[in-house]
Amino acid sequence: MRRLPVRLRRAGLPYLLLLPALLLELLVHLVPMVIGVTMSFKELTHLFLGNWGAAPWKALGNYRISVDVNAPVGAALLHSFWVTCVFSVLAVGLCWLLGTAAAVFLQEDFRGRGLLRAVFLTPYALPVYAAVITWAFMFQRDNGLVNHVLHDQLRLTDGRPFWLLGDNSFYALLVVAVWKTWPFAFLVVMAALQNIPRDLYEAAALDGAGRLRQLRRITLPSLRPVNQVLVLVLFLWTFNDFNTPYVLFGKAAPEAADLLSVHIYQASFATWNFGTGSAMSVLLLLFLLVVTAAYLLATSRGRKHADG
Amino acid sequence: MRILRAATVSATVTALAAMASGCGGGTGPGGGGSNDSPRTLTYWASNQGPDVEADKKVLGPELKKFERQTGIKVKLEVIPWPDLLNRILAATTSGQGPDVLNIGNTWSASLQATGALLPWDKGAFDKIGGRDRFVAPALGATGAAGKDPAAVPLYSLTYALYYNKQMFKDAGISRPPTTWDELVAAGKRVSKDGKWGLGAEGGQLANNIHQAFVLGKQHGADFFDAAGKPSFTSDGAVAAVKQYVDFMAKDKIIAPGNAEYGQNQSLRDFATGRTAMVLWQAAATTFAADGMKPTDWGVVPVPVPSGTPGSGRQTNSMLAGINIAVFKNTHNLNGAQKFVKFMTGDAEQKLLNKTYGSIPPVRAAQQDPAFDRQDTRVLRETLTRSAAPLPQVADEAQFETSVGTAIKDLFADAAAGKPVTTGSVKARLAKAEQQMAQ
Repeated sequence: MRRLPVRLRRAGLPYLLLLPALLLELLVHLVPMVIGVTMSFKELTHLFLGNWGAAPWKALGNYRISVDVNAPVGAALLHSFWVTCVFSVLAVGLCWLLGTAAAVFLQEDFRGRGLLRAVFLTPYALPVYAAVITWAFMFQRDNGLVNHVLHDQLRLTDGRPFWLLGDNSFYALLVVAVWKTWPFAFLVVMAALQNIPRDLYEAAALDGAGRLRQLRRITLPSLRPVNQVLVLVLFLWTFNDFNTPYVLFGKAAPEAADLLSVHIYQASFATWNFGTGSAMSVLLLLFLLVVTAAYLLATSRGRKHADG
Repeated sequence: MRILRAATVSATVTALAAMASGCGGGTGPGGGGSNDSPRTLTYWASNQGPDVEADKKVLGPELKKFERQTGIKVKLEVIPWPDLLNRILAATTSGQGPDVLNIGNTWSASLQATGALLPWDKGAFDKIGGRDRFVAPALGATGAAGKDPAAVPLYSLTYALYYNKQMFKDAGISRPPTTWDELVAAGKRVSKDGKWGLGAEGGQLANNIHQAFVLGKQHGADFFDAAGKPSFTSDGAVAAVKQYVDFMAKDKIIAPGNAEYGQNQSLRDFATGRTAMVLWQAAATTFAADGMKPTDWGVVPVPVPSGTPGSGRQTNSMLAGINIAVFKNTHNLNGAQKFVKFMTGDAEQKLLNKTYGSIPPVRAAQQDPAFDRQDTRVLRETLTRSAAPLPQVADEAQFETSVGTAIKDLFADAAAGKPVTTGSVKARLAKAEQQMAQ
């Protein structure tokens, strides 16, 4: 047997070691994605489930239905898209604000700090279904805790408002989503804060910088790289969140809180129209890819400026 | 370089293999069942009891009985409701599934269209004692008209009107309503001081459909025409949906809060004396769990226009229930049919339906005194006399989602005090119909 040249063997080794991971990656991620994209070009309904290779090729038909904003399907999808955009921006903003504020305040050493940290993290540790269904009961109009406090105790509202129906459902969803996600922001920012050298603050204090100035000049700039990732991850999670709206509203979300993931589920998968559902999912994927790329491009360019 | 190429090739091959198995899988679409493994069966049971463990306790001894009779070992898997349809669809896609399975009877036509279930032609029915052993309405919910049924009825359920005896007495109502006018009148007498006449689950799409379907029948309207095309906006269909929503909007006998109910809160309201009536299927065990004694409530057939339930316009319940089906790719066809015969036999029908609080779709088994109590008698008589299956069309799931949502939205309008008119009902139903056309 002829031995391979040493150089080639060296060069090949990393690939060889990567091979199992690569195969698994293909199997676990890429293949389902390819199948999903293929499905989006087919008229895949329950009639062809048993043998979906035989489903008729529909080319761009599913996409045309999804983006035709003058027809009911496309119009509903567009509405759902705007709702999701507004919801994501608000939810991510609030999560980040709450998380950062809590982390900065808990940076000081005081009695009960550990306990507070643990309490703040509970929403993140609870199982999603249990937590959200509890919120669903709290938001009930007649017997819910929220109306009991707002209406019966504080008398802030005239009548008992609905929280799970109509326009208020948007705020109900926002509250639950922020409640559920902000501990993650808190956790990440808290960890990042530990890495800022104490000397910086001491030096700043010697120079006469107040708390606010320290926050603006030291804390926030040091958090920048962490925030860049944090905001992106929060955005992707919120934009794609299925569990929260599904548990809160069931199969049919009210129009004001009709998030994309549930909308796609309801418009296609719940009605066994898998081709259209796949097309909508691919559109969602493309949008998120564009946003992510644009975001990374914009933020890393900004950082180079700041560094240079 | 060679290693790199080998890596690329093997990766591609793996991917292709995975794709091929993903879309083909099992035996081909043309292949029926076989008898490759005659000693075992896999059975997917739906969750009928309070939890999965309870079902295993009920079914376990029966499966042992079957094993003693036939020598076939049955591997049981009890599947919770939210997962059942997804599991069946996954099994259909891959071709790898159980031998025998339970399906919700409203899915019959849809699953029939996938071709995943073995059709029950005359020969197959003869092996389990013939079609005539089953009551006709139950057979109506086993697949599209004019095709061999995709499944066999196993447990049946119908709707009844449950009422709170004490609340009726306090309001001076001497006898329970038999017509809708009487129901509205009774409801108005009860509805005051925080108490309400009727309970509803406005956020439960399937329940909305069941009520609208029955009222549609009473208005002489079907939600699908003879060709299976949706016709949601006919005068009868609009009137039916409006009548149901008007219990809240116009008659004001349903509490506005019920518009958002979706987790059976209306049953709890009934059990705790907040509402006097509720339209439900076999609710006895739920009431007991909420602390209501069986002597506190009464049960009568759901009202009809004439006061006497029957067929056609006097229909007063959708036919709910579970069917048992044989998966087309079974490896034990004979055993599967024997098992269906066992499960639909008189003895098992009596025992299982008694345990689960349902009514046997098998005539002979209905003679058992357990199906002649105050509640089961009403359910049994409704089943044989005045129940009708939901439309047996392949698009049933879409119907449930689109029209169920339309009714949910109308309830939301009513609860918010917005007017519910014939025009607004028609507009919502027209939108639902457009969604079906996608």
